[in-house]
Amino acid sequence: MKILSLIAGVLMGAALIYGSLDMPKWGDPHSPASTHVSPYYLQHSIEHAATPNVVTTVLADYRGYDTLGETTVVFTAGMACLLLLGKRRKRQGK
Amino acid sequence: MIQESDDVIVKAVARLLVPFIVVYALYVVMHGHYSPGGGFQGGVILAASFVLLGVSHGLEKTRRRMSEKAARVVSSIGVLLYGGIGALCLILGGNYLDYAKLGKILRVTPAEARSLGILGVEIGVALAVMAVMCTVFFAIFTAEESPEDYRSVE
Repeated sequence: MKILSLIAGVLMGAALIYGSLDMPKWGDPHSPASTHVSPYYLQHSIEHAATPNVVTTVLADYRGYDTLGETTVVFTAGMACLLLLGKRRKRQGK
Repeated sequence: MIQESDDVIVKAVARLLVPFIVVYALYVVMHGHYSPGGGFQGGVILAASFVLLGVSHGLEKTRRRMSEKAARVVSSIGVLLYGGIGALCLILGGNYLDYAKLGKILRVTPAEARSLGILGVEIGVALAVMAVMCTVFFAIFTAEESPEDYRSVE
């Protein structure tokens, strides 16, 4: 059974590596990601949002929904941590 | 539960460092428009000042500045600020999180309104991250407060 799962893992890894060979090279200026939105954001960030830092503009303005989700994740993680660890303190009250 | 440190040097250095860490955190949040930084990073640095205070001066003194309840409330306020700015844009006739519409009430150009909107949500993120870090810090370091629990584990 262990050998079987090893073979399955190796096969799956090989398939994933084979799939990644087709991806555009790192930082390729002709890749689809670099030819559509990236130049648009870089060129229009200042006139759209009056913010020199393009990263901030993309993070909080163009991709504002994403950051809202991230903040909610952080908040939820904190509340979950509180719920998990708060339980122990209740037992101590007995 | 962390007790107050006996070491004078540790306490004095922490007391000196904490205000500078807070100022640096505010700088990182406010300067996110021009340099690397922003809400997440600034919030974590802000939380680091509370952690340093807790480690050096004990949890009791830290609680006086940021109680567990306050941390919970502030983390909710942070997320609410973000969502509220988005909802405000909706009320002013734009899309959700379309900060350009905030120019109507702030009386600035749409581009400047977007810049200010970004600053608003960054402050919201910073508050939420700071409070969540403090909540986790308190939760972890008060979990061992029950001596009975501890003895039964041993």
